[in-house]
Amino acid sequence: MSATDAVAKDDLSPDRQAAAPKRRRGLGRGGRDLALTVLSPIALLLVWEALVRGGILDARFFPEPSSIIGQMWMMMDSGELWTHIGASMQRLFLGFWLGLVPGLALGIVMGLSRPLRAALGPLVSGTYPIPKSALLPLILLIFGLGEMSKIVMVAIGVFYPVVLNTMAGVMQIQPIYYDVAKNFGARRWRVFRTVALPGAMPSIMTGVELGTGLGLILIAIAEMVGAKDGLGFMIWNAWELYSVETMYVGLLVIAVIGYGLSVLISGISRLVMPWRADR
Amino acid sequence: MSAGPQVVHTETGAADVKVALRGVTKRFGSGGRGITALEELTLDIPRGEFFMIVGPSGCGKTTLLRILANLEQLTAGEIHIRRAAEDRPQNSMVFQGDSIFPWMTVWANTSYGLRMRGVPASETREIVGHYLEKTGLTAFRDSYPHELSGGMRQRVSIARAFANDPDVLLMDEPFSALDEQNRTLLQGELLRIWDETRKTVVFITHSVDEAVTLGDRIMVMTARPGRAKVFVDVPFERPRDVLELRHRPEYGEMVYDIWQHLRDEVDRSQQAQSTPPARGLMQRLTRRGGR
Repeated sequence: MSATDAVAKDDLSPDRQAAAPKRRRGLGRGGRDLALTVLSPIALLLVWEALVRGGILDARFFPEPSSIIGQMWMMMDSGELWTHIGASMQRLFLGFWLGLVPGLALGIVMGLSRPLRAALGPLVSGTYPIPKSALLPLILLIFGLGEMSKIVMVAIGVFYPVVLNTMAGVMQIQPIYYDVAKNFGARRWRVFRTVALPGAMPSIMTGVELGTGLGLILIAIAEMVGAKDGLGFMIWNAWELYSVETMYVGLLVIAVIGYGLSVLISGISRLVMPWRADR
Repeated sequence: MSAGPQVVHTETGAADVKVALRGVTKRFGSGGRGITALEELTLDIPRGEFFMIVGPSGCGKTTLLRILANLEQLTAGEIHIRRAAEDRPQNSMVFQGDSIFPWMTVWANTSYGLRMRGVPASETREIVGHYLEKTGLTAFRDSYPHELSGGMRQRVSIARAFANDPDVLLMDEPFSALDEQNRTLLQGELLRIWDETRKTVVFITHSVDEAVTLGDRIMVMTARPGRAKVFVDVPFERPRDVLELRHRPEYGEMVYDIWQHLRDEVDRSQQAQSTPPARGLMQRLTRRGGR
């Protein structure tokens, strides 16, 4: 059946005619949302462009979007941008695992064991409010100016949200599930695998998402001090060279990476928690 | 605090007694402030009996079941459960309310006990397939609990317990959260599944109707501290038709009789729930006044 057939029938039958506008509105709503999502940033950029060209916005601080995109194109072409993105992503990746694994392990055992929670809880929640960026000088002192200090900064950012959310996630599991596991003969490791880990998973994924965001912030900061590459370095270097366009390119790329990572993480969440589908 | 005696697996005693309780006592807390939940409970449950426990709320019936399930320690007394085979689990419990894992499919939930015990996969498939069939869950084997109704979820819980093939099935008000129609439906299904195996069942309920419908024998418990008040034999033949049974005049008489035993206890438990704080307050007030 073709679309024209359907339209023709709609015209013929009175009750279908009544239903048709509703359906069109339903379709239109999705389309309208998509159009708004795409059009509003474009409109903003166009307004920006016009304001700069009209001399209303100061081009020294707010260069035209067209020149920013031109600059980005040039940096992509020369490979410079890819080098910085690659360096930052590698640090983010390594730091992510370095923070995730101990955060997850510690969070689960603290959630399960009251004595461990009593012993380590104050340590974790006491150091948590320290702004992680304030640790940078100390981290540089300990790990030097090389790669390790950047990776450790990311790891610290990932560690705290993961450990705290994992612990909270394990603790909020209904006690009845542990009773079931015990009653059906699950031993320690199996209880961990079949109850604690999946039960805490929604909370864990929230921690991972927060931690990744924090990791991205910290890598940008860490790279501004004593790095030879990376997006943080690129932005800082642009400030020193007074290349405002490059600065905006850095911000844009970081925003895109942040968005991409959050999409990736929610995809992984759906994958590891199929029981929470359609939420 | 000492761990106290525990559930003992035994080969001694009368061969047709599956579960034997001797002076089972449970106290929570200690000293004058402690609460005695169960006091000197002694009874024998023959093999294959569908044993019902009815009592007012707070009489310690759930505590008793949790002790039988090894989830709670008893303070004094002994429990003997005769084992049929060493490699089979001693008991499996159908819990009150939602107890199936939300993060597992119906299949994974039902096979849980077998998987935890390391039963071979082919055997697990066969057993679980059988009980899913029996509970009408075959089409839902890959569904997650949030996609099921409350009645379906409780069917999973029942299938999980039966599939585990325990010596004794423990049921803690498994239908109390369901509406009347679902409850009647599931009672009938439970009896049909049970008729295949005739396992020993200890079933707790606050519903006299449910006790008479399902049970071979009913123990009426006293209000706290929980003791056996009276044992009532249920004479109805098996297999039973749940709806037909309720139609009989003898059924109504039994329910009435048991209510007579239970009524005083329910009254007492209501009083016990409402008086102690008030009395405590009065004592505190008068003591302070005396000083």
